[in-house]
Amino acid sequence: MVFESLAEKLQGAFKNLKGKGKLTEKDVKDAMREVKLALLEADVNFKVVKDFIKSVTDRAVGEEVLQSLTPAQQVIKIVNEELTALMGTTQSKLKYASQPPTIIMMAGLQGAGKTTTCGKLGQLLKKDGKKPLLVACDVYRPAAIKQLQVVGEKLDIPVFEMGDQVSPVEIAKKALEHAAYYTYDVVIVDTAGRLHIDEKLMQELIDVKAAIDPTEILLVLDAMTGQDAVNVAEHFNEQLEVNGVILTKLDGDTRGGAALSVKAVTGKPIKYACVGEKLTDIEAFYPDRMASRILGM
Amino acid sequence: TRYGEIDDDLFEELEEILITADVGMQTTMKLIDMLKEELRIRKIKEVSAVKDVFKDVVEKLLVENGHTTFEVGNEPTIIMVIGVNGVGKTTSIGKIANLLKAQGKSVLIAAGDTFRAAAIDQLKVWGDRVGVSVIHQSEGSDPAAVIFDAVQSAKAKNADVLICDTAGRLHNKVNLMNELSKVFRVIDREYPEAKKEVLLVLDATTGQNAVQQAKVFNEAAEISGIVLTKLDGTAKGGVVLAISSELQIPVKLIGVGEGVDDLQQFNPHDFAEALMGTRNA
Ligand SMILES: Nc1nc2c(ncn2[C@@H]2O[C@H](COP(=O)(O)OP(=O)(O)OP(=O)(O)O)[C@@H](O)[C@H]2O)c(=O)[nH]1
Ligand SMILES: Nc1nc2c(ncn2[C@@H]2O[C@H](COP(=O)(O)OP(=O)(O)OP(=O)(O)O)[C@@H](O)[C@H]2O)c(=O)[nH]1
Ligand SMILES: [K+]
Ligand SMILES: [Mg+2]
Ligand SMILES: [Mg+2]
Repeated sequence: MVFESLAEKLQGAFKNLKGKGKLTEKDVKDAMREVKLALLEADVNFKVVKDFIKSVTDRAVGEEVLQSLTPAQQVIKIVNEELTALMGTTQSKLKYASQPPTIIMMAGLQGAGKTTTCGKLGQLLKKDGKKPLLVACDVYRPAAIKQLQVVGEKLDIPVFEMGDQVSPVEIAKKALEHAAYYTYDVVIVDTAGRLHIDEKLMQELIDVKAAIDPTEILLVLDAMTGQDAVNVAEHFNEQLEVNGVILTKLDGDTRGGAALSVKAVTGKPIKYACVGEKLTDIEAFYPDRMASRILGM
Repeated sequence: TRYGEIDDDLFEELEEILITADVGMQTTMKLIDMLKEELRIRKIKEVSAVKDVFKDVVEKLLVENGHTTFEVGNEPTIIMVIGVNGVGKTTSIGKIANLLKAQGKSVLIAAGDTFRAAAIDQLKVWGDRVGVSVIHQSEGSDPAAVIFDAVQSAKAKNADVLICDTAGRLHNKVNLMNELSKVFRVIDREYPEAKKEVLLVLDATTGQNAVQQAKVFNEAAEISGIVLTKLDGTAKGGVVLAISSELQIPVKLIGVGEGVDDLQQFNPHDFAEALMGTRNA
């Protein structure tokens, strides 16, 4: 592992203090520098780190650490608690429509994992006794429709498509008619990857949203994303009011600080974690586990 | 800074620019030290001059760690394109094929991603788009067998360049990295006289994990260059500075969009400008 664990670093920062008795504010500051480095190394957004360090410092210079006999543990405990609180303390479930169908729309940058995740969600819901329909609204990426069809075939979930010469708004509308007629109770809409600063394509998503009024709009985000995760999440959220985030590629060895950044700036919960390329590689998201992962503990 | 002096506030500002560009703490500190040294040598006192010196420092780091452009010579060449999932390998192959064709080379593409849904179809669309044949088998077949076929085909047709697509794989998956090594062994055995170019594709939105990607892929195959994609977004791709400084792997090409022409030679000067926010990539 390239990263020395934060726990070790903090032990190091406090090592020189043995026998010195009480900690000073400066001691806490030095420890906070280690925390800051660890969070930046984990790709937590710069501004989020700054705010976080401030609130942890405020707590740490209070009685509980300064008086403590095990200051390193105490600081780690506070960091962990604050981080978990920031990540959200409870698991957030998928919302169902009161009247079927439940309409789920995916959105995100290119290559984040939207199409694969459509299949994964379909698989989850099917297992849950639902009758899902996948909808191919990516008319741009070469063979995107075919990709969704292959995914659908593997799961035995039908895919609604109208080729790549029809607008996504039109496809989405027709898909809803199709779903109503054939009584599908969940409709999962795949969309093309796009940059958050691409006005034309962001408008297209706004139009699709207006046309089908999704129950859930989910931002699919690559867990390896760096500092830019905040820009991405803010833009998508401002324009679409997303309901939640799905974090992909957590089977890698990234610390995944983007998860914390996105939660901190948008307040939107992370609903699922994707942990592989197989269509069953999707899990509920546990905020506390993510907090430990970000810290490398 | 407030008083127009070169002080800690100024260095902190610069530090923030680099950190938010994903340069990473270690390389950021190294660059700040290099800057201080340069300011001292050049006897610079005015704040207004600091940014330009800093750009020079960034450029210097890239150049000193071995900058070279992407070029294919006259000998037969095999280009392997590798990287984690979804970074832009297949798309970059389409663009590179187009670039080389425009230079008058005969190009073949091998559909070495037999795993991902419709990966072969995607590559075929790119092949049609740029007028290059794609050697492929069916989904689920052995990638080493596809590459074997493609190498025979490239030899038989006297192709100047064979570009091999590979499935996206996370570097921490040992079995998938072994599969990649097997493909490399096939190429070495079947076409030892070909010049090899191994391009690692990195997504500019990726954070510090890209360093680990470069390290581990470099162990499986000697990477000759990086293709840094998705620079048309707001991410700066600053992590390549860490990779350059730690691993001396040069960035050769950048991807700036999804179109066939959205590929450029990497330019350290322009990169430094974009990093400091004074020019868009
Ligand atoms: N290792 C891993 N790979 C994943 C995961 N989710 C998706 N992928 C892979 O990431 C790559 C991109 O996935 P897609 O589903 O095509 O992504 P997308 O967002 O639809 O891409 P565009 O439509 O091009 O924007 C593929 O190789 C997937 O197999 C995951 O959780 N773990
Ligand atoms: N904006 C932008 N998008 C890009 C760029 N390069 C690739 N893409 C998009 O990123 C997505 C993934 O590209 P692919 O070429 O399929 O990536 P890959 O590495 O082959 O993916 P896997 O084979 O699934 O691992 C597609 O939607 C591409 O259109 C780029 O430079 N800029
Ligand atoms: K990505
Ligand atoms: Mg897709
Ligand atoms: Mg590919």
